[in-house]
Amino acid sequence: MFNYTLRRLLLAIPTLLFISLVIFLLLELSPGDPLSDMPLSIPPEVRQEMRIALGLGEAWYIRFYKWLYLFTIVEPSHVIAGFTGLDIAIEGQRILSWQTRSPVSDIIIQRMPQTLWVVGLAYLFGVLLAVPIGVYSAYRQYSWFDQTGSFISMVGFSLPTFFTGPLLILIFAVWLGWFPIIYDTTLNVTNWETFWKQVRQMAMPVFVLTLFNAAQISRYMRASMLDNMTQDYVRTARAKGMTERIVVLVHVLRNSLIPVVTVIALGIPTVFTGAIITEQIFRVNGLGQLLITAIYASDIPMVLTLSVVFAILIVLFNLIADLLYAILDPRIRYD
Amino acid sequence: MTDTPAPETAAAAFRPPRNHWWDVWDQFKTHKGALVGMIVFVAIVLFCFLGPWLWIHDATYINIRERNQGFSWTHPLGTDQLGRDMLARMMKGGQVSLAVGMAAMVLSVLLGTLIGVVAGYFRRIDGLMMRMTDLFLALPLLPLLLVMSMLFRQRLSSMFGVELGMFILIVTAIGVTSWMQTARIVRGDVLALKEREYVLAARSIGTPPRRVISRHVLPNVLSPVMVSATLMIATAIITESALSFLGLGFPPDFPTWGRLVSDGIDYLQQYPSRAILPGLFISLTVLSVNYVGDGLRDALDPRIRGR
Repeated sequence: MFNYTLRRLLLAIPTLLFISLVIFLLLELSPGDPLSDMPLSIPPEVRQEMRIALGLGEAWYIRFYKWLYLFTIVEPSHVIAGFTGLDIAIEGQRILSWQTRSPVSDIIIQRMPQTLWVVGLAYLFGVLLAVPIGVYSAYRQYSWFDQTGSFISMVGFSLPTFFTGPLLILIFAVWLGWFPIIYDTTLNVTNWETFWKQVRQMAMPVFVLTLFNAAQISRYMRASMLDNMTQDYVRTARAKGMTERIVVLVHVLRNSLIPVVTVIALGIPTVFTGAIITEQIFRVNGLGQLLITAIYASDIPMVLTLSVVFAILIVLFNLIADLLYAILDPRIRYD
Repeated sequence: MTDTPAPETAAAAFRPPRNHWWDVWDQFKTHKGALVGMIVFVAIVLFCFLGPWLWIHDATYINIRERNQGFSWTHPLGTDQLGRDMLARMMKGGQVSLAVGMAAMVLSVLLGTLIGVVAGYFRRIDGLMMRMTDLFLALPLLPLLLVMSMLFRQRLSSMFGVELGMFILIVTAIGVTSWMQTARIVRGDVLALKEREYVLAARSIGTPPRRVISRHVLPNVLSPVMVSATLMIATAIITESALSFLGLGFPPDFPTWGRLVSDGIDYLQQYPSRAILPGLFISLTVLSVNYVGDGLRDALDPRIRGR
């Protein structure tokens, strides 16, 4: 197991290097010029100096190497220094966003809490809702609960968030006026009143994403429960005279959670990447919105860094899902 | 010592041979959701492709005097802020969205099947192919799609014209980033099929791999491929709409459903139907396609069929 983990971790390094190279080269082809919004009255030689100041003067492989060095060594040192207060931050050049001229990692750290709160909470609620719904619909297969549950999860899984989002805004913000239309990020939660305000502005984006997540996970949960309900050990457990409650909630549930847990782990990176559209609709200024605005502004360092961060998350959680699978299911051994 | 067969089993024995697809259809019919889904999907396709023959209105004709109208007989779904007829725009947008969905599905399924079959059948390149699949699965797709459509937009537009260029770009972008699931499923099936006796028999009489694949392997992986093809249409339509919604899809004067939603959102308070209607169309299409996929999966599974 340890060997396997080590091997996978070592294999992840070339994978991530390759992915960042692909993204870097894609961006290299980009027609966007970071100086395109500068005044035309700037003389060409000054313009050239500005380009060099942005780090555009050198060949692509040198720039890629420099970016890699900054991304793997310098930026993490600043992030760790910021969190722990240790004096390990490496002075000198940082990865600068072309839009704001401030370090990319500082902006990412600023935007992280909004995404984590809104999207992470929605994922948590989705999981908490999906597991009981999936268990009950599988236990009473073809009952009215199962039929409506399956229908709702099919709808929730099919409706794109750019449809449910505006629909909710229309009903609850425009017609009923219960919730604010735009997410106010400057709000500081200091007392009950501001806390209530925060809850109200989070309600709609969280609901949209919860519906989507719960729909997806409950389908897996139901299918996995159905697979297990007909197994021999369930009959044995019943024959031993165990109560239905213990059979379903202990024996079957524990076994059917194995694949579902890995699906949940695999879905966690989408907490960061998948909410781009929802953040755009509700104007939550999280990571997704940061990426979109960076793409519009052809802010290459920001797009590159964010995409590689997302790729790291995906690779990491793929590994975690595989390890969880082996830990939970003793029949699976990688060695 | 032969028993005379009972009359009803004799009748069953003489039942005329039936095409495999009739059994599939019989099973498919019992899935109500799938049947309704198919009817809805066909209706939407007819609306988008036959509708313009009945409702002759130019989707891009600007009539500023008749802007922002509500539902009426001259404009059943009203007009937008430039006085363009919404019904015609909805049909035109549907044509584009459905065409992108279908074309991207074809591309992604072709790629996925090709890579899956090659990886499953030829042992030597299996490892390489699967590493590549894992690599693609680890890419952050939506950001990458956004970047791709941002980058190649101008180049392809100048090569093939704005509309065709964007169509090629979006179909290719969706196709190359969504073949991985199909490839994995197909590879798994091919690995199992390869060890079966009839494949061994075919190989032992000297059938070249190309013909073994086309005659014996491909027909047997058809069902999982069909199911994933159906579901792929839904994913492709959603992805295209999401790109258009974020403003990185087709150009503004070229309606697609996603574009119509994104244009409508600016007027959500005054004219809610403008964003909700195209959104409803996307949702209905995706929902019906997903139900068809569900029904197909049951109908093509021989363990479920006939029960």
